[in-house]
Amino acid sequence: MNSLYVARARKDKIVRFLCLSAAAFGLIWLGLILFTLISKGFAGLSWAVFTEMTPPPGSKTGGLANAIMGSIMMTLIGVGVGTPIGMLAGTYLAEYGRHEKLSFYVRFINDILLSAPSIVIGLFVYGAVVVPMGGFSGFAGSLALAVIVIPVVVRTTEDMLLLVPNQLREAAAALGLPRSLVIRRIAYTAARTGLITGILLATARVAGETAPLLFTALSNQFWNVNLMKTMANLPVTINNFVQSPYEYWRQLAWTGALLITLAVLALNVIARLLGTERKPK
Amino acid sequence: MTDLQIKTDMSSTPTSAAHAREDKLIVRNLDFFYGESKALKNINLALATNTVTSFIGPSGCGKSTLLRILNRMYDLYPGQRAEGEVLLDGQNLLDPKLDLNLLRARVGMVFQKPTPFPMTIYENIAFGIKLYENLSKSELDGRVEHALRGAALWNEVKDKLNASGLSLSGGQQQRLCIARTVAIQPEVILFDEPCSALDPISTAKVEELIDELKEKYTIAIVTHNMQQAARVSEFTAFMYLGELVEFGPTTRLFTAPEKRQTQDYITGRFG
Repeated sequence: MNSLYVARARKDKIVRFLCLSAAAFGLIWLGLILFTLISKGFAGLSWAVFTEMTPPPGSKTGGLANAIMGSIMMTLIGVGVGTPIGMLAGTYLAEYGRHEKLSFYVRFINDILLSAPSIVIGLFVYGAVVVPMGGFSGFAGSLALAVIVIPVVVRTTEDMLLLVPNQLREAAAALGLPRSLVIRRIAYTAARTGLITGILLATARVAGETAPLLFTALSNQFWNVNLMKTMANLPVTINNFVQSPYEYWRQLAWTGALLITLAVLALNVIARLLGTERKPK
Repeated sequence: MTDLQIKTDMSSTPTSAAHAREDKLIVRNLDFFYGESKALKNINLALATNTVTSFIGPSGCGKSTLLRILNRMYDLYPGQRAEGEVLLDGQNLLDPKLDLNLLRARVGMVFQKPTPFPMTIYENIAFGIKLYENLSKSELDGRVEHALRGAALWNEVKDKLNASGLSLSGGQQQRLCIARTVAIQPEVILFDEPCSALDPISTAKVEELIDELKEKYTIAIVTHNMQQAARVSEFTAFMYLGELVEFGPTTRLFTAPEKRQTQDYITGRFG
């Protein structure tokens, strides 16, 4: 009896040690990446980064203003276009189509889209939008980001709505609420923080996407808010600058990477805070 | 038709007490299916106006299923189907063309687990009212207060109407759900084990409430608690394995049951 207990306690120790080591292993790399990013990125942080345009080759001045603006615009439009489509599809899966065969196929295809390499989505939009329209554009870039947003939002919307207890739907239906109102006023309200979290996470996901923009928005040296022209953006700028021989460009690339990381971190922190808000009660 | 009615009434209410009152809801030859499996077998009974009828029986006997037919709740799920007739004031509510939202406005339901909506206490009540009536703010305030008073909750929540409905205790939440149901002025209220998640004090309050509510409403209550059935209801139906074994005045059913199965169940000698 006692030896059984000792053996079990030893096994527990070993497994716990393995778990902790695995966690530490992952965290060390994350810590190193963040440390490098912060130490190298902070060095180049100045007002000029936010006010000046991306510099031409060899220049020792310049910033990322146009790239920051382009990233914000395309991310917002991408999320703005992708979110409603994703939420409607997710609502269908969780509410109307729960027992339908169609849902099975929609969910399956959505899962494929969710794990599709983003470069494939970039190529798809290149073929479907850039070529017919005759050129790269911020519009095409936004669409590529929207295509990435959709499956993420579909998935989180469905998952969050499925967490809403059926009793709540029944209680609402028992008052004589039509289906649409049950969903809009009861299910969405009950799942609100989860739905917002999903949208924020989708935003964080596309904010750092490079490949789909490479084939669609390309980049731009100048200030441009016209969606029909090529548009500068942080990920592609980082990609271009980091490979260059110019010291100043490489410094800007580090700073840009730090900005994206901080923005994504902020979105994740907000999402996490919203997610825990509903727990106590 | 009258022939049938007499026959079914004979089988379902052996004593003539039920005939003294008008029947609000009449269930005739009702069968119910979950997919292929038959959950209810030829149920015949009637709910008399302004009375409380309780449904007792072991788990899985079909009492909740029967209750969920009376407001067509089963319609939310595919593969569930009812055959027979359920007449509400003479209108067959199994009619596929029936407007379910209007039916559910007439036949309210309170569930086992308190289910306040994720909104303020005030909105929990006002929400349902606003579905059916276009009221001014002051009229609406009045109706909300009236409903909360009706559910004996007003004094406990009048200073925090804008707090979340989820912030209330379990017993208060359940009374909020009753207030919400009463607020839209139904004719029949169905209670599906309304006290099984509540402590004895909250249970006593809800039972008191049910006793008051029968002045205005026809009430059906499913309960696992036989004492509760004895306390709150005038009529009791004992169900077993999807069949209505015995139905009659509560006092008679508990003191002089006619069927052996009923007697075994109420004396705890079951199975």
